[in-house]
Amino acid sequence: MPTFNDFLILLPEAYLTVAACVILLMDAFLKGGQRVAIHWLSIIVLLVGAWLVIDGQPATAVSGFSGMFIRDPVAEILKVFSLLTTALMFIYSRGYLRDRNINEGEYYALTLFAVIGIMVLVSAGSLVTVYLGLELLTLSSYALVALNRDSKLSSEAAIKYFVLGALASGMLLYGMSMIYGATHSLDLATILHVQNVEWRNLMLFGVVFAIVGIGFKLGAAPFHMWIPDVYQGAPTAVTIFIGTAQKIAAFGMAYRLLDSGLGAYAHEWRMMLAVLAVLSLAIGNLLAIVQTNLKRLLAYSTISHMGFLLLGLVEANPAGYSAAMFYAISYALTSAAAFGIILAMSRAGFECEEIDDFKGLNQRSPWFAFLMMLVMFSLAGVPPLFGFFGKLLVLQSAIDAGFLWLAVVGAVFAIIGLYYYLRVVKVMYFDAPVEGTDVRAQPDMPLRFVLSLNALALLALGIAWGPLFAWCQRAFGITA
Amino acid sequence: MNPQLIQLIMFYAFGAVAVGAALAVITLRNSVHAVLSLVLTFFSVACIWLLAEAEFLAIALIVVYVGAVMVLFLFVVMMLDIKMEQVREGFARYLPVGIIVALVMLAEMIGMIGVRAMGLHVMGEDPAAAAGLSNTAWLGHALYTQFLLPFEIAAIILTVGIVAAVALTLRHRGGVRHQSAAEQVAVDPRTRMRIVKMASETMPTETVPPVAPSQETSP
Repeated sequence: MPTFNDFLILLPEAYLTVAACVILLMDAFLKGGQRVAIHWLSIIVLLVGAWLVIDGQPATAVSGFSGMFIRDPVAEILKVFSLLTTALMFIYSRGYLRDRNINEGEYYALTLFAVIGIMVLVSAGSLVTVYLGLELLTLSSYALVALNRDSKLSSEAAIKYFVLGALASGMLLYGMSMIYGATHSLDLATILHVQNVEWRNLMLFGVVFAIVGIGFKLGAAPFHMWIPDVYQGAPTAVTIFIGTAQKIAAFGMAYRLLDSGLGAYAHEWRMMLAVLAVLSLAIGNLLAIVQTNLKRLLAYSTISHMGFLLLGLVEANPAGYSAAMFYAISYALTSAAAFGIILAMSRAGFECEEIDDFKGLNQRSPWFAFLMMLVMFSLAGVPPLFGFFGKLLVLQSAIDAGFLWLAVVGAVFAIIGLYYYLRVVKVMYFDAPVEGTDVRAQPDMPLRFVLSLNALALLALGIAWGPLFAWCQRAFGITA
Repeated sequence: MNPQLIQLIMFYAFGAVAVGAALAVITLRNSVHAVLSLVLTFFSVACIWLLAEAEFLAIALIVVYVGAVMVLFLFVVMMLDIKMEQVREGFARYLPVGIIVALVMLAEMIGMIGVRAMGLHVMGEDPAAAAGLSNTAWLGHALYTQFLLPFEIAAIILTVGIVAAVALTLRHRGGVRHQSAAEQVAVDPRTRMRIVKMASETMPTETVPPVAPSQETSP
């Protein structure tokens, strides 16, 4: 029977649900210029949510609703960074939405609902909550991708995302039904401790299907087909969500399912993840080289980054998970800044998404060219930026796991990846601007300020990465 | 023959029909046939649930999905490209598939009733019977205690569904004539009618023409 304590554990999620409904109602009643209130209110809602998550965090893991919902330090970190990156996205997106006449109220409300989905997903203690959290997240995302109704590309992306996403959900559900059939339980903690040799093969099938679902959510090859089209077709204000908070959620889902639920089968799923990692690294990095569209390039770069993230999961112990979580956070913050710059450069009727649009940016907006350079170096993993330490830690964990060859493959592809990130930098600094174009950042002060802060944070966190990594390690019970 | 074996055979039969019909849904080119196959799929799944002693869920599946959702689907599919001749000849054209679906359903129903009459032993123990409750009451208890959180999240998912549907389809077009019930109800007599007080005239030959009410504005 749920008691008051169960609801106390759920406070941040309950608060966000109420806030999302309030914002939805405000959109119905506010008119014209008053709607800017929704924008700022949504950001405040997210920040207060992050505060509630940190403030109410119990010292040890607690679970509520008969073990369906777990509030532990891992969930805390993942939730805080999902909320923060979503807040960043709201700040970056305002001008973009206004210029393209996208329904702002629904955008904020649907995103908030998707964030609730993320929070449920990363706190899931049962297969039911994993699935429902995932559905809440993805259903909102499908609608968000289609939100720009005047764009054919956007509708096409939404349909592809919807069909492939439904297929992946079906696979995951099929795997869950097998796991349930083999263990007679939906509770992840119970599944972890079931000893049954009789149904081992059925269980392994379930593990494979679970990996398919996770691979699809991460966008790891060979389940990456939707990523480039959705990244390019979705409004950039939505792409940023798929590229940041959703990746943190996907890591949370992988951790919950694979470690909390299927930890007894780590020996089997490690090999599967290693294959996914190599494929993602190869496909992501090699196909990114030929891209001319920056959003597509970032999409393929996501695939390769998910390959790196999987290197951390392959170790299948707390050290590996903390490295993977650190990587997920570093990727989310970096990609938030990357899409933020695309949003800042776009204006009504012009999407600044071709690499050629960035030609000679240094002559027009030297500050933004510098920020973009920081972002690209961080994505490439150049020291001393944030992305470098992420890569270092996951490669380290792959070596510790005994997958030396995997670490070598990772390092080789990191160097290949350097090429296309540096190409963007080269275009900005050494090419002449295209005649007749005028690519400049929007004169939106909050955007400029926060974006600068975000990009500089990549440098700051790269130099002082210790505290954040220690936080990640503590979450998994490692005391340094 | 022992009842357990018969029930197992029935389980596989229902399963086979469900899978076959589901395959038909995605392979048939005629969309009305596909919807009819989907009806058959739901019906077979409901039969399997009855075997598992989940009576309430089985009935809900039939009533809600087969009864309401699928009929709605059928209407939508039939309305999609509307030509009068096609609608007229539709009845004869879809009759054979409809009859096949109906016959398979009938066979399933008869099989189901026969199997239920033997008493059920196939699917392990029934938690509802173990708790001493009816199936529906037990489901209600489980939903509002053990599964309260998933139940609430499902509610949020439905909200998202509505919001998304409205956000993707509602368009405010300019220049479209439509009624605004709120404005019509909130109308005040003073805005519609002007009462002009006039002093009575003494000369009987000249009559004052009645004041025309101001033109009604349709907002």
